[in-house]
Amino acid sequence: MKSFRLFLLLLTGGLLSAGAARAQQVSVIKFAELQQRLNRQNDTTYVVNFWATWCAPCVKELPLFEQLNTTHADKKVKVLLVSMDYASQLNKKVKPFVLRRGLKSEVVLLGETDPNTYLEKVDPKWSGALPFTVMWNGRQNRRATFEKEFTPAELAAEVARFLP
Amino acid sequence: MKKLFPLVTACLLLALLSNFTAGPAGYQVGDKVADFKLRNVDGQLVSLADNQAAKGYIVVFTCNTCPYAQAYESRIIGLHQKYAAQGYPVVAINPNDEATVPGDSFAAMKARAASKQYPFPYLQDATQQVARTFGATRTPHLYVVTRRGTDFVVSYIGAIDDNSEDATLVKTKYVEQAMTDILAGKPAATSSTKAIGCTIKWKKA
Repeated sequence: MKSFRLFLLLLTGGLLSAGAARAQQVSVIKFAELQQRLNRQNDTTYVVNFWATWCAPCVKELPLFEQLNTTHADKKVKVLLVSMDYASQLNKKVKPFVLRRGLKSEVVLLGETDPNTYLEKVDPKWSGALPFTVMWNGRQNRRATFEKEFTPAELAAEVARFLP
Repeated sequence: MKKLFPLVTACLLLALLSNFTAGPAGYQVGDKVADFKLRNVDGQLVSLADNQAAKGYIVVFTCNTCPYAQAYESRIIGLHQKYAAQGYPVVAINPNDEATVPGDSFAAMKARAASKQYPFPYLQDATQQVARTFGATRTPHLYVVTRRGTDFVVSYIGAIDDNSEDATLVKTKYVEQAMTDILAGKPAATSSTKAIGCTIKWKKA
């Protein structure tokens, strides 16, 4: 009986880790790399949301960004979720969170320690509060930033402004 | 003319209102601070004018619940221990709406201040008017104000230091750097910095 329980334990453990291996990767990137991505100018509308697992309003609005992947699947909209959690929390908090929520958007973690060195470069209007979202479309020469939590209607309306 | 008058008044009112709802951009370095009267955890009302001996204050918008505020809590206590004796005590203000965040209720503030033995006042900005007037957006969000006669003027805005996660890895203590200049009677060389924090939980409009 004991051995059977152990077997079950091993089996479920194995299944869980297999699931984790299949989960999407969360890579830790430096600001220089993020900055390159924030400068992509083409006919895609980029929606970059800065969030953190510890930020209640961020966690609340994440499903809205996730939905864009389905509602705007045919519209050249790309969502990037930038986790502002500490890099030390990657395996402990961020990856399990992404797995649990089944997030489909690309998620990266910004591995920088001093926000004063980059906040201004992301956008001068960003005071450092989370959530923060930037949207742009190079082809249309349009850009907008939001230091607030969206309602579903607000996000839909703001993204719609970028669509032809 | 008579008909025009209400219209003009309405337009003016509307302009004022829309200005008001957009909220002020808040203080810049060099701005004069409007004094406030907020309730401290001991039940007393506190204003900047109360402390005649203060050369200035380290005003910090903070709260119980934000991990960043928690990470900086002992460092904020440290700032008070270092600078109160030099005429710049800390005044902590919690601007969060307690209906949105029960963990930031007045009772919870009292408990936190008692358990951590805050050596400074911990005030509740119940109407959030003070945070809006300052232009605070997050916790922690720090302002150093310096006395000019009976007024106080903003001399530093922003971050405490360059590493929220680990105090032992801090390379630049932004506030302390600014305080060195301010205490020497000079403007802070770096008078404005930015940091990540939790957004202030504003009351639902």
